Order: sequence, then C-alpha cells, then structure tokens
Amino acid sequence: MKVEGKRKIWSDYQKDIAYDRFYYVRSCIRQTVWPGAENIYLRILREVLGKEVIESEHHTTCTGIGYHTEVVPFETLQTVVARNFALMQDAGFENYNPSCVTSFGIYTEILDTWHHFPEEKQKTRDYLKKATGREFEEPKNLAHTSDVIYKFRNEISEKSKYTLINKVTGEPLKVVDHIGCHYAKMFPAKGVGGAEYPHVLAGLVEAWGGEVIDYPERRHCCGFGFRQYLVQANRGYSISASKKKFESMESFKPDFILTNCPGCNFFMDRWQYALAEMEGKTYDENGNGIPVLTYEELAGLVLGFDPWVIGLQMHQVDVEPLLVKMGIDYDPNQKFKGINGKDLGLPESPNNLNFIK
Amino acid sequence: MVNFGYTTLPTHIHDMDKADLGLADSISFEDSSFNLCIACGSCTSTCTAGAFTNFSFRQMCHQIKRGENSQAIAESEKCMLCGKCTLACPRNVNTRNIIRLVRKANQTI
Repeated sequence: MKVEGKRKIWSDYQKDIAYDRFYYVRSCIRQTVWPGAENIYLRILREVLGKEVIESEHHTTCTGIGYHTEVVPFETLQTVVARNFALMQDAGFENYNPSCVTSFGIYTEILDTWHHFPEEKQKTRDYLKKATGREFEEPKNLAHTSDVIYKFRNEISEKSKYTLINKVTGEPLKVVDHIGCHYAKMFPAKGVGGAEYPHVLAGLVEAWGGEVIDYPERRHCCGFGFRQYLVQANRGYSISASKKKFESMESFKPDFILTNCPGCNFFMDRWQYALAEMEGKTYDENGNGIPVLTYEELAGLVLGFDPWVIGLQMHQVDVEPLLVKMGIDYDPNQKFKGINGKDLGLPESPNNLNFIK
Repeated sequence: MVNFGYTTLPTHIHDMDKADLGLADSISFEDSSFNLCIACGSCTSTCTAGAFTNFSFRQMCHQIKRGENSQAIAESEKCMLCGKCTLACPRNVNTRNIIRLVRKANQTI
C-alpha cells in the first residue's frame, strides 16, 4: 500500500467546516420530537465552545419533505432556499449551519445545481425578487451541525465530564454509528469521509473513548424514505429496512446507536417500539431496546449536561440503562418534570419494551 | 400483538458463518477455474437453454458460493451441456465441467 496515495484519496474526502459565526437553521422534525437536542446544540456552541450562533424567526422549512414526495416543484424549492440564504445575508452571516440532514442534502443539491446550471440561479434570483423583493448570495460555508460537533470533538473531549467507558466493566461502550443517506450518499465530497467511509460520527465515538462497531448492514438506510413512510400502506417497507439493520447489529450487542439525521434518529427509536409491539421482539438481552442518541445529545452527556435538560426522556427506547453504564449522575425523579419543576405526567407504558418511569 | 395497519417483510440476511460451503469447496478443489469467475454474465447471455427457460449459470455460481446447494443443483439440471458458455467466458472458466461437478455432487451427497 502506498501511504501517499491513500492520503491523497483521503484528502478528497475532507471538507471545510467554518470555525465561528454560524447561521443556524432548525429541523422541522426535530423541533417537534426532540426540541431538547437542538437547544443543547446551541448551548454547547455558545456556552462551552464560545461560538457566535444566530438564528432567525423568519426562517422556514427547506421544503425537503414536500420536494422528495413530489408535491413541491424544483423552482419553488430553489426559491425557498434562496430566501433562507437571503435571511442569512440580512443577519450579516456567511456560514450556513442546518440541523437536518435532509435540509443539508437539499442545500447541497441546490448549490450544485447553481454551479452547473447558472441559468437556474438567475431564474431563482428573478423569482425571489418578484415574490419577496429580496436578493441573496450563496453561503461561504455550508456545514451540517454534526460536522461542527465533529470539528470541535477534541475540544469537547478536553472539557468532558464523562467518557464512553462502561463504568461497571471498564470496557469501551460499543456504538453503532448511522449516517443519514442525504448526508454524503448524494454528494460524497460534501461529507467528512465521503459515502464509503463517513467519519463524522465514528470520529466522535473514537475521540470520546467508545468503540465503533462495524456490522454488515452499517450503510443500509434506516428505512424512513419519505414515500415509504408517509403512505401508511407502504410503512411495511420502512419498518422492514430498520428491522434488517437491528437484526444485523444485534449479535454485536451495541450499547447505543448514534445518528446524525433527524429521520434516522426518530425511526430507529420508534420502530424498536413498533417491532416490540408487533412481534414481541427487542434487540438487546434485557428487553430494553437499544437507545438511540443524536450527536449533540451525546456531546451534552459527555459534557455533563442534565439528561432531562437534554430531553432524553422524550426517547421511546429508555436511555436510563445507558446513563447507568456511563456512570452519569442524574436524578430519576426529575425525568418527567418540566423546566419549572412542574409535573408533566407519565407516558403510557409499552407492552413489550421496558420503560422506567 | 398490536396491528398498526402494516407488516414487516422477511429479511434476507445471509449468514456466511452458518452457510454450507461444502459444494463450493469441492468444486474449487476439483476445478480451480471456478475461482476465476467474475460474474460478468457472458455465460448467461449466450445460453441457449437460458433463452427458453429461466436457467442462469451465473446465478447458479452465486448460489454455490452462498451455500444454497439445493437451489444450485436444481439450477444445474436445466443445462443441456451445449458448451457455448465455455466459448464466451472471458476468464476461461470451464463452465460445462462446473455443471458436471454439481450434478456429480448431487449423486454423491
């Protein structure tokens, strides 16, 4: 093996990630199901890393879900994206930082389209001007939020309170990393490590002391697939894809799954509940399921944020067994208390999946 | 069990650690040209039997290497041993001999 050649190939898979001054845009799905994850990302950047991050209340969806289900035309998509870029320009920022992998794929696709077809960009300028009177410039840097956490993984490690070591056995925790398809499968050069060797999550696990599991269906889709899930009759395809992954990873006994895409995160968590209820099957030894975390939830945990402030009680697969393994100091009685200490009430219990209340 | 209005499909994960590779090993031992196959499919595209049935030499090789021996043996029965595939193979796999070895294995298993 020629090391120089390998280095050259690997350099093609590196991406430029901005250092400071991020214009943050939220994910439609995550705001609804795990708002704590986005909140903790902003707190990590502002309070722990001292970065300047801004977001606009005028920001809208990228329309990715509508686009991928063919209800939003490409021209509309480009114009909405251009408007969001215009908002960033108004705020005086140049580093666009979407929280959603679908959005990241959309922005990447639009920028690539404008690169190869400048007439589309001009057309979009005209549409945006007519519709809103705004003008826009392309961002100087486009990085997904998981890219930013990856960039600062060593700084986070230096400030961490906990590591990914099982406190009971002393062994590194076994972690399954799952990268969203739209992160790098469409435009490999835009993701850290490309589509074949994505390092954006594996790098976090390695930096924080865990062990990444390489299992046969590692690169398989989680099964979300907008068309598969949105039509109820097709949901069997969606859950079957997740089931295939769970079956493939089961024998490796992972301690948790780490994802960077809101869709993957949601479905790998919720489908474990659905499979437990439909087939009575869980994919760990104790009937707890395999916890599913996002990169910033994990970063928040290792930095010592309260799990309930991170919003981990919103996960369907209970994370408490993982908190115990990591040796995290937390108060189980605060699990279902609001920010002001108000009792939020207890959720219903699944029949076949353990959930500590 | 709860019915959510959809079902799961059977998964097709193939565990090679549990696969029976006895047939693949015996064919490799008796005719090492079997190992040269790159699954290009020239054999299948030129196959007269394959033009009239669903016989596929490439698929049979695939089944042998996955340890799906009963399917491979059933597939081998469709060949009429004309040998055109032997002429087409860019890797000089002795395809007709591979068919013969599969059938022979069927008689000795």
